[in-house]
Amino acid sequence: METLVAAITIFVLAIFVGFEVITKVPPTLHTPLMSGSNAISGITIVGAILSAGTQHTTLTTVLGFLAVVFATINVVGGFLVTHRMLEMFRRK
Amino acid sequence: MPAYLVNLAYLLASALFIFGLKGLAHPRTAVRGNLLGATGMLIAIVVTLADRSILSYELIVAGFVVGGFAGAVMAVKVPMTGMPQMVALLNGFGGAASALVAGAALFEAHAAGLELSRQFTVATAASALIGGVTFWGSLVAFAKLQELISGHAVVFRGQHVLNALIAAVCLALGIWLVAEPETDRVYWLLVAASSVLGVLTTIPIGGADMPVVISLLNSYSGLAAAATGFVLSNNMLIIAGSLVGASGLILTQIMCRAMNRSLANVLFGGLGAVAVSKAEEDKVYAGKVKAASPEEIAMMLETARRVIIVPGYGMAVSQAQHAVQALAKLLESRGTEVLYAIHPVAGRMPGHMNVLLAEADVPYEALKDMDEVNPLFPETDVAIVIGANDVVNPLARTDPKSPIAGMPILDVDKARTVVVIKRSLSPGFAGIPNPLFAADNTLMYFSDGKKAVNDLIHALKEAA
Repeated sequence: METLVAAITIFVLAIFVGFEVITKVPPTLHTPLMSGSNAISGITIVGAILSAGTQHTTLTTVLGFLAVVFATINVVGGFLVTHRMLEMFRRK
Repeated sequence: MPAYLVNLAYLLASALFIFGLKGLAHPRTAVRGNLLGATGMLIAIVVTLADRSILSYELIVAGFVVGGFAGAVMAVKVPMTGMPQMVALLNGFGGAASALVAGAALFEAHAAGLELSRQFTVATAASALIGGVTFWGSLVAFAKLQELISGHAVVFRGQHVLNALIAAVCLALGIWLVAEPETDRVYWLLVAASSVLGVLTTIPIGGADMPVVISLLNSYSGLAAAATGFVLSNNMLIIAGSLVGASGLILTQIMCRAMNRSLANVLFGGLGAVAVSKAEEDKVYAGKVKAASPEEIAMMLETARRVIIVPGYGMAVSQAQHAVQALAKLLESRGTEVLYAIHPVAGRMPGHMNVLLAEADVPYEALKDMDEVNPLFPETDVAIVIGANDVVNPLARTDPKSPIAGMPILDVDKARTVVVIKRSLSPGFAGIPNPLFAADNTLMYFSDGKKAVNDLIHALKEAA
């Protein structure tokens, strides 16, 4: 129960931080914000790596592998495309 | 690596994510912000790879190669007009990855014969539910945006009842999973039911409501990651997931406010499914619409001191952004001030127009948001509307019965002259006629967007 409360505490505080930080993003950058935050949600990749690598059963390994593929697309595609867009905003 | 070091590295990664998002507060710092976020991700991945419980790296590397290649190709190839589709797909993949990781964790626990905590089971159910909805909802959004299926709202009798039923089934399966976590079958049933829910709740949402849906799915993909964080008791996942969840929620809220509609109305309203009647159109347009040639418009632009360009989704469709920028440059070289008025829901995702114009080298200082630009219209000589319709429809201000009543609009009708570049008088997404097209100070310029702007440039150069 204690770990749960600690996790919920972190969850709630992180949402507050998120609201504070994101409200300062100007509308001009809303598309890069979405693709960039998308890349961040690919953080699931750490769980995927462990499932694919520890190989408990065939099923968990397959699920882990698929998750690695999906999350890597998210991370690589997300950060790259965000970079591509932001470069366009920077140059003048 | 000892656990405390791993967790410290995860804390560093989380901090970098926050700094990264903070960098997006300004175009100048945004590139660095994105790099900080990517660095955080790299740290998190490297530290995880050093985990002692990993027996084999082959599949992990294979996954990196396949996913990395696919992701890089998508990111490099996607045209700026296709960005909404790309983000929709990424949302879906994020949701799917989270649900898969939660499932893998559940089956690992089964194989090891572990006693499962309530936190673990509830979070697994949440992750499977949100992940399934996100993946399939995003695929439908992608198919609509890519025009693989009709972009119109798909509505049928009993739709809400059916959706409510399936939502109830999902909830029941979730509770079952929590009550009997040792049954593998329940997880799969929950994934299947949430997939159906994802498809059915996205099909009734039409093209112009896509900005809301994509924002919402963006939020879901974050929440799915956070739920998986609860499954794995991993604080970094919880932090990163809730940052993304908050971001998507804020964007959803901004989009809804920009249409003066509640989220429930967007999700369940099925707006755009009804077509406008001919009689209604005639009442507004008959005998009042004035068409103009490029030469006439060029003459007005020659003497204009301030011109405001109002782009909409139509500009993206006809790929007119480069032509628009060339026109703006030409006007500026003659001393005319040129600004761009961007409505929050113009295009198919938040900030879509801004990205298109940035690609065409329009400086971001010239892109004005609604609150900034509306007071300028009364002192504007020419407003050029290209490919926008509902966001400049004055009915939003005057007709309380209109489906767009109360929606904040760009006040282009207050400019001295309004030029509307449009192929025909066909209605916008809301399916209603636009009295702006028949206003005394409006000139219709019937043509494809890109061709129209190029002809204007030509006429301007001829006149000089």
